[in-house]
Amino acid sequence: MSEDVQAHIRTYMKVGISLLVLTVVTVAVSYLPFGVPLAVTVALMLAVFKGSLVASFFMHLIGEKKAIFGVLMLTAFFFFVMLFIPLMGNADKVGEFFTLPNADAPAAEADAH
Amino acid sequence: MEIPYTVEERPDTGLNNVKLGIWLFLASEVMLFGGLFSTYVLLRVIAVEWPFGADILSVPIGAFNTVVLISSSVTMVLAYAGLKTNDLGKFKLYMALTVGLSLLFLGVKAYEYADKFSHGDYPSSNTYLGIYFTLTGLHALHIIGGVIVNSYFLGPGSKMWETSKEQFTNRIEAAGLYWHFVDLVWIFLFPVLYLL
Repeated sequence: MSEDVQAHIRTYMKVGISLLVLTVVTVAVSYLPFGVPLAVTVALMLAVFKGSLVASFFMHLIGEKKAIFGVLMLTAFFFFVMLFIPLMGNADKVGEFFTLPNADAPAAEADAH
Repeated sequence: MEIPYTVEERPDTGLNNVKLGIWLFLASEVMLFGGLFSTYVLLRVIAVEWPFGADILSVPIGAFNTVVLISSSVTMVLAYAGLKTNDLGKFKLYMALTVGLSLLFLGVKAYEYADKFSHGDYPSSNTYLGIYFTLTGLHALHIIGGVIVNSYFLGPGSKMWETSKEQFTNRIEAAGLYWHFVDLVWIFLFPVLYLL
């Protein structure tokens, strides 16, 4: 029992150090001259990786019971439904030419970051 | 009347009610923060102009707070591990560190807010600041809630250890799950608001 917990503690420390290193990487990457789409993609991929480390090891999702995964899958489903609900506001415009209000915004400034 | 299945597992779910309850609560929290993240995406996509976060906020301060919150997650899980090894002293040490780091996070956040207000930057100033204060303010409220609960378990709540060790350990596991979720939300808030 105690040896088992000691092994878990070593894992927690490794995950903690990994999260700190990944935080430094996240900040460092933000200074690279990526365009906005690539910068958003890289930053979110790093955040998803860090988040999955927290969920898997600190929240013990690895080896969790099926009922918990059922709750999480339902949550994920409704989360994506919620994300796409605002798009329904444009559902009556399908097939029509549609321009975003910021389509004419200067791209050069955005690309600088 | 005693609340059933606080320690033993329910035969149908295979879980005790504490764990199922906290995960259901966290599911509702995902929808709460998810709605606001969705709002952020919509506001940003339709905005004519959107500022670069690092031009408005201090990245070193935000990164420092990220390190503080991740460290508090590590100490929280070590507090739980302390109870698993029947060591109440270790639990109290790491829980005190967790509360201390949480207060440090709130102190830094208060400094950031005060700095913004001193420059005349309020939630009403522009859309970016509106969503910044809403998201970080709601997150800070969650931190305050966590500090209250964790302080209770560090102080008077720890008396349960003498009467029901397993139930107290379950409570700390639930408090830990909440705390790691708050950490997880910040892991997304930091790049979204400060770096992009």
